[in-house]
Amino acid sequence: MKPIRFAQAITQALDEEMARDEQVILLGEDIGKPGGSFGITKGLLDKYGESRVYDTPISEEAIVGAALGASMMGARPVVEIMFNDFAALAMDQIVNQAAKIHYMSGGRLSAPLVIRMLCGTNGSTAGQHSQSLEAWFTHVPGLKVVAPSTPADAKAFLKAAIRDPDPVMFFEQRMLYNTKGEVPDEVEPARLAEGKVVREGSDLTIAAYMKGVHQALEAAEILERDGISAEVWDVRSLVPFDRDGLRASLERTGRLMTVHEAVVRSGFGAEIAAIAAEEMFDLLKAPVRRVGAHPTPHPYAPQLESTMLPSVERIVETARELVGATEKVA
Amino acid sequence: MTTAVDGRLDQETLVGLFERMLLIRRFEERASEYRLAGHIPGFLHPCIGQEAAAVGTCAALGPDDVILSTHRGHGHMLARGADPGRMYAELYARVEGYNRSKGGSLHMIDTDLGFLGANGIVGGGIPIAGGAALQQKRRGQGGVAVSFFGDGAANQGAFHEVLNLCSLWKLPAIFVCENNLYGEFTAQSEQSPVADVADRAAAYAMPGVIADGNDVLDVREKVAQAVARARAGEGPTLVECKTYRHRGHYEGDMCAYRPEGELEQWLERDPLVTFPARLVSEFGVPEEEIEAVRAQVEQRLDEAAEFAAAGTFADPAETFEHVYVDSIEGKALR
Ligand SMILES: Cc1ncc(C[n+]2csc(CCOP(=O)(O)OP(=O)(O)O)c2C)c(N)n1
Ligand SMILES: [Mg+2]
Repeated sequence: MKPIRFAQAITQALDEEMARDEQVILLGEDIGKPGGSFGITKGLLDKYGESRVYDTPISEEAIVGAALGASMMGARPVVEIMFNDFAALAMDQIVNQAAKIHYMSGGRLSAPLVIRMLCGTNGSTAGQHSQSLEAWFTHVPGLKVVAPSTPADAKAFLKAAIRDPDPVMFFEQRMLYNTKGEVPDEVEPARLAEGKVVREGSDLTIAAYMKGVHQALEAAEILERDGISAEVWDVRSLVPFDRDGLRASLERTGRLMTVHEAVVRSGFGAEIAAIAAEEMFDLLKAPVRRVGAHPTPHPYAPQLESTMLPSVERIVETARELVGATEKVA
Repeated sequence: MTTAVDGRLDQETLVGLFERMLLIRRFEERASEYRLAGHIPGFLHPCIGQEAAAVGTCAALGPDDVILSTHRGHGHMLARGADPGRMYAELYARVEGYNRSKGGSLHMIDTDLGFLGANGIVGGGIPIAGGAALQQKRRGQGGVAVSFFGDGAANQGAFHEVLNLCSLWKLPAIFVCENNLYGEFTAQSEQSPVADVADRAAAYAMPGVIADGNDVLDVREKVAQAVARARAGEGPTLVECKTYRHRGHYEGDMCAYRPEGELEQWLERDPLVTFPARLVSEFGVPEEEIEAVRAQVEQRLDEAAEFAAAGTFADPAETFEHVYVDSIEGKALR
């Protein structure tokens, strides 16, 4: 077990799955010799050859379509979409085609493909290279949506996504690529649909994913000094969603806050809040709070961008309000 | 004194073309330095080497024409006459910038110049240009819409949809493809079996023309013909400018994918070397005039950079402005 970067964990998962199953193929822009815009697929073309690694033209719809058609005939394609913003160009193939083929065919066809998408800002990347659009896909029945926060989870969940029989949208937050974490030498595929308590607490549950988990953990340290005990629950899999995990955490804490970098309005935090309100109301001592980006496009200027994005301070403040709202005595 | 040469171009105009190309070149070279010095966050995609395509195209346009640009758009904007000071201010993330620091390099806009925007989405400007051409036609004043895009963008589905639509409706659009042989780190030959993007025009029943993208006069000439055709109501033209970017795809790209000697070959055709030489030898422009232009450009860019550095940062409250046109009592709609 040694610490590796998040980006390396993705590469390892791809490599190991390609070695395991020759039907695993890769498609994406610049993913051949250059190894992709972020170096994730570096070396895989040399190792597996041109019938496994397809460097594509800049044609997002054709790329996803190629993956979909091939998947319907037995391939296990993994697509790289450079930024999730560009998935907008492939939405028909994702939303109207891949998501529904199993259902519409009465179970006769399926689309076992993975779309890896980079998301989140990398600092002043502005309106079209910074968004976190995972919630779009959670709204479409038939798609699974995964959003890991650590190298170990990235590896285990990507392996699971590749072996999964359904189309999986796999989100990789740019800001996490260089973060390091321990990854076991042998990684088994995760079970999709399992959240994870990454820090135990008793006053509130912070349900977060991707970078939000790291921010929540930092916030929890600060809150600790105030005598507020925050539990951090890493959602990891948005669809399917781990209802039991959330319930178990709320049984311990009775208060819920959601954190993600995506815009708050209609973000996945809203779904978590609704699940809690509808199904776990008996456990809640206070209204659910959501922390995320304010609903504006991503501004270029650094100080505007940091105003828009969720911060550790905002999480801390919101937690204080949430706990104070029910007269918690520190 | 102005001498009529090259059919319509007098010496002053020719020197003006050189001045614009040099302005772009030096703007980009300096931007790279300013970025290294920490003044510019975010992406920069320099157009160094491609100045002739930008300047030649814009030299064929009139004040009512509009332009849609790309991620490699600084040159298009400067060619159209934009203020380098406000451009640097945008890159420096100051409110004096063209987009009040909300856009940065990838999204710069100057509505006064009919410059409807750079674009972070490859091919994203092409459909907008179709719409701009539609409105030009509806206005009926002879204006055209120009869409700049790269060889890579020609493989987006939208490119094909828009060419078909504009040709069908005989819209006054000019599609200017800057074929610089690469999309990011991958050669054009590995992205399309069609070497000449201009060939694709035939599929949409419009003329497809190839220009020497490193020759500002050739580009100007060919775009001018396309503009004349569009103004006459005969519909769009696809003009492919064969050119090359000297620098990486973006600042920081080391260009490991380039075959040896390729850059050197293109450097011999560097428009900022060949054109001033031609001005002197072919058009009789005195050397001193060329040198004077060089000095003027440096001074202008010195001032531009000073303007940017002296600019102010937006109040964080501006984050919430401009999401919608509407607001209620000054508060942005949510
Ligand atoms: C829809 C979309 N896909 C991918 C990208 C990433 N990207 C940015 S520039 C670029 C290459 C564009 O090549 P080309 O159109 O030839 O323009 P050039 O960069 O050569 O000027 C790519 C793939 C993007 N910005 N938008
Ligand atoms: Mg190109």
